[in-house]
Amino acid sequence: MTEPTTEFPPPKILTLSSTHKPILITQGAEGRLYKTPSPFQPNQFCALKYRPPKPYRHPILDARLTKARISSEAKVLDRCYREGVPVPAVLAKDAAAGWMMIEWIEGEPVRVGINTWLGERPEDDAALDTTQEDETPLIDLMKRMGVAVGALHRTGVVHGDLTTSNMMLRPWADDRLPNGHGDKTEKAKAVAGDVVVIDFGLAMQSQSDEDRAVDLYVLERAFASTHPRAERLFHHILDSYRESFKKAPGVLHKLEDVRMRGRKRSMLG
Amino acid sequence: MLDLTKKKRRIALGCEGSANKLGIGVILHEGDSLSSSTSTVLSNIRHTFVSPPGTGFLPKDTARHHRSFFVRIALQALSAANISISDIDCICYTKGPGMGAPLTSVAIAARTLSLLWNKPLVGVNHCVGHIEMGRAITGASHPVVLYVSGGNTQVIAYAEQRYRIFGEALDIAVGNCLDRFARTLEISNDPAPGYNIEQLAKQGGRVLLDLPYAVKGMDCSFSGILTRADELAAHMKNGGKGPDGEPFTPADLCFSLQETIFAMLVEITERAMAHVGSSQVLIVGGVGCNERLQEMMGAMAAERGGSVYATDERFCIDNGIMIAHAGLLAYETGFQTPIEESTCTQRFRTDEVLVKWRK
Ligand SMILES: Nc1ncnc2c1ncn2[C@@H]1O[C@H](COP(=O)(O)OP(=O)(O)O)[C@@H](O)[C@H]1O
Ligand SMILES: [Mg+2]
Repeated sequence: MTEPTTEFPPPKILTLSSTHKPILITQGAEGRLYKTPSPFQPNQFCALKYRPPKPYRHPILDARLTKARISSEAKVLDRCYREGVPVPAVLAKDAAAGWMMIEWIEGEPVRVGINTWLGERPEDDAALDTTQEDETPLIDLMKRMGVAVGALHRTGVVHGDLTTSNMMLRPWADDRLPNGHGDKTEKAKAVAGDVVVIDFGLAMQSQSDEDRAVDLYVLERAFASTHPRAERLFHHILDSYRESFKKAPGVLHKLEDVRMRGRKRSMLG
Repeated sequence: MLDLTKKKRRIALGCEGSANKLGIGVILHEGDSLSSSTSTVLSNIRHTFVSPPGTGFLPKDTARHHRSFFVRIALQALSAANISISDIDCICYTKGPGMGAPLTSVAIAARTLSLLWNKPLVGVNHCVGHIEMGRAITGASHPVVLYVSGGNTQVIAYAEQRYRIFGEALDIAVGNCLDRFARTLEISNDPAPGYNIEQLAKQGGRVLLDLPYAVKGMDCSFSGILTRADELAAHMKNGGKGPDGEPFTPADLCFSLQETIFAMLVEITERAMAHVGSSQVLIVGGVGCNERLQEMMGAMAAERGGSVYATDERFCIDNGIMIAHAGLLAYETGFQTPIEESTCTQRFRTDEVLVKWRK
């Protein structure tokens, strides 16, 4: 995620209270995310997701997209939250003004955790095969990712932008963390925590195998391009997806077709 | 093979013909071959096969065009470069992706030159050609690349020796969408259908017609938009009215089509930039000449504290120099295509190429 390089004026809602300055956490793909004290509960924070007008977009198109996306993102989050899928709760929203206020999730994106685990090792596959390193903590994380996606799909939601940036790792309490000292424990801690799915800006309600398969395909490609060195472990996500979600076999069958199409359309000049 | 590390000046001839442009160019690399070398375009000649309005270019006619113009264009490229045959280190040609018949006709011609002049051959991925030429011309060192042409729509970023595809069109390419819509409106294909849509769009804009907006993650699709635009065109011809109750024009249609599909392209590019943490964006491929697209991309990049890099039609539109340049980069790392493997392939993914010349 890019560190914000420019000072942006915060949305109006965040200028109403003068006691706390909102902190701009990221300028993500199309929204800004602020950390701000919760107006509802003392000593707690919440996340404010703001979709500013896009200067490059035609104003009519821009207004249409912003409103539709905030509304639908909040709606999908509500639904997931109700059904027990690990997502942030929605606290308030104003779709036309382009913002919603959601529960603050502690921790780092999964991408950061995986990259910390992978460290600076060379890509050389041969070298990887000879290392006798215990990969269980990383594999366990991938399994939790598969379970989270399975839970999502079970509620009738497809995410539309599954990446390792759009999943957070909410830290476990100390008693659940791997104990011990040294590099090995530190690495295991980097991939510990509950997977919380965020960023439902492109999500939609769908129960079709095809849509679910495309969801997995997006994740598969994003994973491979973001973590090429862990690509060979991707199947653990699919394995646990299969185990945790009853309708998975049909989806994974469709995934083969989707991949096929992906390779076939591999381009004319 | 001669030792290139000792050679201060290296020259390649590049031959491109994967679609309706036949391009031949000559590039010069100077200096230490593996690190700081400079590139100079010695010549870059192109001849385009233009089909009549309302029609697209067919493979066999395009291949015939390339065959009949190859010798003429090659001679022009050599004389414009002002070099002799002995100066050339290698012959580069487009291995793919592209249309089979035109690719083959140019590959045969390149093979012939290789045998005739006794020069090694280098097969080049067309998309990598676009990327490397874009980087060389603009100086963008580590950009997210939007590659948009008649056959391709991809968002690409370099990581660990490959150009990795982060997003792409799930059905037809953006240029194909524009070209086909130009056919619907029977707009001229000269010099290019997309260029004429761009000019027409400048006269539109009174209304924004409602078209589907289809983005999924870093992917997008265009066929639904084309269908709807075609329907609106039919509606217009029958005297139908726009959202404001007034008639609308082909210019309004072109304007709305551009605003919608370019917004989608900028959005998926921005998502990839956020994902890889880059603030540079490089636009390559024929659609990349479109100034409205460049302007929109520039506004997005500026907001992210970065900038957009684009080239003009000499390098954006398919050309021979990009094949020469990318081929020479590979050749300098020791890569060659033996004559018995000098085939071409309609499908050749950008991420299949091992990019040995980058760290
Ligand atoms: N509820 C939250 N709590 C804490 N951090 C969050 C929360 N939601 C998002 N983030 C952080 O902000 C980043 C961008 O948010 P996201 O919803 O993914 O927006 P975008 O659509 O811009 O990608 C995430 O990658 C994550 O690091
Ligand atoms: Mg996100």
